[in-house]
Amino acid sequence: MIHFVVHEEGDGVGVVVVEGVKKGQELTGWIMEDDKEVRITAKSDIPIGHKLALKDYKPGDTVIKYGVDIGKVVAPIARGEHTHVQNLKTKRW
Amino acid sequence: MDLSKASFWGYKRENGRIGVRNHVVILPVDDLSNAAAQAVENNIKGTLALPHPYGRLQFGADLDLHFRTLIGTGANPNVAAVVVICIEEGWAKKVADGIAATGKPVAYFGIEQHGDHDTILRASKKAKEFVQWASELRREERPLKDLWVSTKCGESDTTSGCGANPTVGNAFDKLYPHGVTLVFGETTELTGGEHLVAARCRNDEVRKKFQFMFDRYQEVIERHKTSNLMDSQPTKGNIEGGLTTIEEKALGNIQKIGRKCVVDGVLDKAEAPTGPGLWFMDSSSAAAEMVTLCAAAGYTVHFFPTGQGNVIGNPILPVIKLCANPRTVRTMSEHIDVDVTGLLRKELSPDQAGDKLLECMFRTANGRLTAAEALGHREFVLTRLYESA
Repeated sequence: MIHFVVHEEGDGVGVVVVEGVKKGQELTGWIMEDDKEVRITAKSDIPIGHKLALKDYKPGDTVIKYGVDIGKVVAPIARGEHTHVQNLKTKRW
Repeated sequence: MDLSKASFWGYKRENGRIGVRNHVVILPVDDLSNAAAQAVENNIKGTLALPHPYGRLQFGADLDLHFRTLIGTGANPNVAAVVVICIEEGWAKKVADGIAATGKPVAYFGIEQHGDHDTILRASKKAKEFVQWASELRREERPLKDLWVSTKCGESDTTSGCGANPTVGNAFDKLYPHGVTLVFGETTELTGGEHLVAARCRNDEVRKKFQFMFDRYQEVIERHKTSNLMDSQPTKGNIEGGLTTIEEKALGNIQKIGRKCVVDGVLDKAEAPTGPGLWFMDSSSAAAEMVTLCAAAGYTVHFFPTGQGNVIGNPILPVIKLCANPRTVRTMSEHIDVDVTGLLRKELSPDQAGDKLLECMFRTANGRLTAAEALGHREFVLTRLYESA
């Protein structure tokens, strides 16, 4: 069963595609572009559609998704943790 | 899906364009004429009034856009005939003349020196004549290239970027080689991925025009913003759905133009394309505004991917909704025409998902009502550039 998808190898975040992901749950991810599997332990409850970090981040780091810069980290994020507006911000506007 | 001999059944209009709907539109030029237009719609069954709140004291580029949108809407081949109503007869004539250039039947009426009663009576007589004439028009079989397909997504979430939007991209890649006229837009919603669109432009001239439109819109944001647009772009719904930054939203948005299509040209708002291929139209990212501009530019079928469940429709342009978010498909199924949730379970390949959308496109073009049409969604929203005088 696929719990989250990753657009391509090298992306730093995945997207949860099932409802009810809980902290501590073992998750299976699908790297779509390369058709590979990746496993990770959720470090937060993560709603469907929301992102989880595939690596550890510190403030000032850039997050890559679709192979492209999607913004800057503003609070530390651990691998498997919920990545959203509380720890990631736009570099534009 | 082999599209080399693909065809659909549409209405051939006087100017050679092919429509997939057969509306008789009662078109108010301004807010004051809505009441008369809606009275005519009520009197004459089978007509469609398009009320809106604007048209008074507009000037300059904003007024030009107003006229271009109204004339384009009336000229759209999904419309068989038009009755134009305006408080002032001169502007009614201006809009009617613009639409009449297509050769389709148009009549216009001014309210001043007549009042609503007399205007409604005269306009209703003409509307009855038009609707009975239009009801005898028949569909004919036409090649795929006669279809004009627009796209814009809404209430996007992260499933849009990995499911519904790439499905549109797959369909666009399949339609493009067959000479279909395609369009995408949402200028600010390319922010963070504008370099990817620029790289897809056919040549430097197109690229320069795209960059001009992109920069022009960025200046509007910079001039008026009071924050980093955290409550507007992405929207609250986008954020609820897991999208965090405009860059992430933009990269998902861009999936709609596929991987092979080339951006052949750039259009201003509501401007009609001059040939087949993929066009970029400078436009708002607000769903109803953008779809209204697509209809005014002459597009006849629309692909609308959604994540969190945008319910939009358009009065004259059939809006086909597709969704890859299983929660949205479960909770808002009445709004979804094409379910592509299987993509994210690996049960549906991108190629199969694209075919599923194209199959729905042909059925819609042939006359099947979309969910939005059946539910009565007729959002007709004119884009304003600035304050009235």
